[in-house]
Amino acid sequence: MGTRQVLERIKVADFSWWGVAPQACRELAEHGATVVRIESHRHPDGLRTMVPYKDDIPGVDRSAFGAAYNTNKYSISLDFAQPKGLEIAKKLVQWADIFAESNAPGVMAKLGLDYESCKKIKPDIIYFSTCAQGQYGPHHKLALSGAHSMYVAGFGEVTGWPDRGAVWTNTSYTDYISPWYLVTAVIGALLYRRKTGKGMYLDQSQLEAGITFLGPVMLDYAVNRRAATRMGNRIPYAAPHGAYRCQGDERWCVIAVFTDEEWKAFCQVIGNPDWAHDEKFATLLGRKENEDELDRLIEEWTQNYAPEKVMHIMQAAGVPAAVVQNAQDIFEDPQVKHREHFRFLEHKVIGRHAYNAPAYRLSKSPANIWKAGQVLGEDNEYVYKEILGLSDEDISDLVVEGVITTEADLPEITGLY
Amino acid sequence: MTEQHEDSLLGGYRVLDLADEKGLLCGKILGDLGADVIKIERPGGDPARSIGPFYKDIPDPEKSLYWMFCNTSKIGITLNIETADGREIFKKLVKGADIVVESFDPGYMAGLGLAYAELEKINPGIIMTSITPFGQTGPYRDFKTSDLVNWAMGGIMFQTGDTDRSPVWMSPHQSHFFGGSHGASGTMMALFHREMTGEGQHVDVSIQQGCMLALMITAEMWDLVGVITPRTGPYAIRSRGERPPLILPWVVPCKDGYAFVLGGGTSMAKMAGPLMLWALSEGASIDLEAIGQIQKKGYDVFTIPQEVLDSLFEPLLNFIQTKTKKELYEFSVQSGGGSIPSFSADEIMENSQLEVREFWEKVEHPELGDTITYPSAPVKVSEAPWKIRRRAPLIGEHNEEIYEKELGFSKEKLAILKQAKVV
Repeated sequence: MGTRQVLERIKVADFSWWGVAPQACRELAEHGATVVRIESHRHPDGLRTMVPYKDDIPGVDRSAFGAAYNTNKYSISLDFAQPKGLEIAKKLVQWADIFAESNAPGVMAKLGLDYESCKKIKPDIIYFSTCAQGQYGPHHKLALSGAHSMYVAGFGEVTGWPDRGAVWTNTSYTDYISPWYLVTAVIGALLYRRKTGKGMYLDQSQLEAGITFLGPVMLDYAVNRRAATRMGNRIPYAAPHGAYRCQGDERWCVIAVFTDEEWKAFCQVIGNPDWAHDEKFATLLGRKENEDELDRLIEEWTQNYAPEKVMHIMQAAGVPAAVVQNAQDIFEDPQVKHREHFRFLEHKVIGRHAYNAPAYRLSKSPANIWKAGQVLGEDNEYVYKEILGLSDEDISDLVVEGVITTEADLPEITGLY
Repeated sequence: MTEQHEDSLLGGYRVLDLADEKGLLCGKILGDLGADVIKIERPGGDPARSIGPFYKDIPDPEKSLYWMFCNTSKIGITLNIETADGREIFKKLVKGADIVVESFDPGYMAGLGLAYAELEKINPGIIMTSITPFGQTGPYRDFKTSDLVNWAMGGIMFQTGDTDRSPVWMSPHQSHFFGGSHGASGTMMALFHREMTGEGQHVDVSIQQGCMLALMITAEMWDLVGVITPRTGPYAIRSRGERPPLILPWVVPCKDGYAFVLGGGTSMAKMAGPLMLWALSEGASIDLEAIGQIQKKGYDVFTIPQEVLDSLFEPLLNFIQTKTKKELYEFSVQSGGGSIPSFSADEIMENSQLEVREFWEKVEHPELGDTITYPSAPVKVSEAPWKIRRRAPLIGEHNEEIYEKELGFSKEKLAILKQAKVV
């Protein structure tokens, strides 16, 4: 408390939904920006209708997925497809420094809230759009979720076993690459505006953002005409380099040996069995040549130990190794606890539950995570009155007219995704 | 040498990049945004130069494609900061810099007298961004790691791969790229803070946390309903409270590879509608009424019985097997929904969407007598382009420019420093 927040006084009109843009706006909110999230009961954010739900009971205010990306924000319910709603939306544009949206291309223009329209209201607005394929181009209208675009971006062909097919990673991967590029660009735009007085338009294609994480793979094709394929856990310059079964049900560790010293230390940790001193394993070339056998022999050893044990004794000997952590492990991980990665906040319907903190800590102006994700429209009163200066009467009129939406406007919600 | 005349978001800021493979992407991002980034390598070159693949498969520190990708828009000098002379030179550079990026083991910089607290004395506005596997403090901060180890600790690995084998990672460098991209965001935050207050600070990045932030709902599933997200091979499994979990076909075989079949949920299931109509038009036996309902409402993953889902999908999966990736994608583009293929690098480089958006950037490599095509900006910036400003530096390529022209070392002094392996 008392610490200056990086983005205090910066205001964000967050018209976005789904995965990417809300995460970018969350990062701004956690560093002090005032972020007003404009939602509507008529078209609730898709993440609000996805698992996990509190007590496994579906509901727009019950999904932790729907809450996760909205810490510190103020949620209002507003139907800006209606003229009076649009008027209010435009007031928020006037108020804001940053405008965020993640609709299908063209939607905001139809609603009268595209960059050109917003620029007329607020000439120095920083306006960002993020969607699957960007705002133009022959495929821009094909809406893809991050679960699709990660395959279009190439991750499907480099993940898995050489003798098997593509797999699902249980995360819509490009959705978790794109947000931080946006954060970087938006703050760059703020710096630029300070210097020049000019706002700007940012257009993110999540597909393109995703491909940057396969940069070396793309260069390999561009130069060598080699399209990378699935390689399991192996890389050319280390062996062993893989995941090994440990004691217990679905318990695994990874071990990665790069140098002769690490190999020696590794052999010592596993008790110098005879096979470890076989000529064929003495060199990296030998280990690469006999990697299947090596992996099998290592697993004969690892399966007698818990993965935590393997990690700690390997680490003590200077060998890179770790537990392949599952969800429970991550919550119990002493390092994760030390970093206070999970912050437990009280959500009005879900109750106290965990939120992710940013991956970085600023020594002098740290993130302050204080407000849980919102029940839809939770902050109507604060935003409509304190920020937009509406009276109680205005507000009740708008509710009656259906401009400020309520639970009565919800479509039928089923348990989806 | 940086293109100062050109409008960019970060023109005029200087970055000293000491990072190794764990944090190289951070400096690239800042450089592609226009900052003047000096990559500082140990004499002889950074170990990351030995990471393949290589240009025309020639293993050579100047031909690492990994290096080339991660160091665009940087200039390069060599400097041994473990020597007293090297440290003095580094401190001189810090005076004129805005940002230092490093990824040494926690405590290493302090051991050299170059901790943030020391650098702050030289330049109160300096921002130091440290990108390490677990952050600067905590019980695991001294762990020996690698990309695979970081990835395992971050959680995605556990939930990736076929159920009858061990977990698999998602190809190399992912954890380090998260380190770099989160590092860049943190650096930008600190930079904005400095612009407002004049105050620099230390940005402490945890690669593990960067990976954890990519877990989608894994943490929430455990926290809220006590479910550990397992490996599911090519399927997706939806836990649904009391009901048995639903197994959804997710990535399925097509004629020449694999394709995402559009599993479930309102909007996603609606996208399957056009595909079902297509299959129907080619003789697949799909219940028209079911299609109508799916196009209108999707199907309810929470309640749909497994048999119903399976019978719905079976003809569809058979149909997809008769189509190529190209056919599937063209159909999806035209109809706004369908099956989305898993593309490989060659196919991605032929993707017309990326071409029209000028996603690929041709970068001159005069030393190779060649021009190489790179993936470019992750965001299109209207006023000040996010783009590659120059190819990655050769070893010590800009020593003369920095040491002689900027710091004013004479040729003789530079010769001494070279012989002493300081530069």
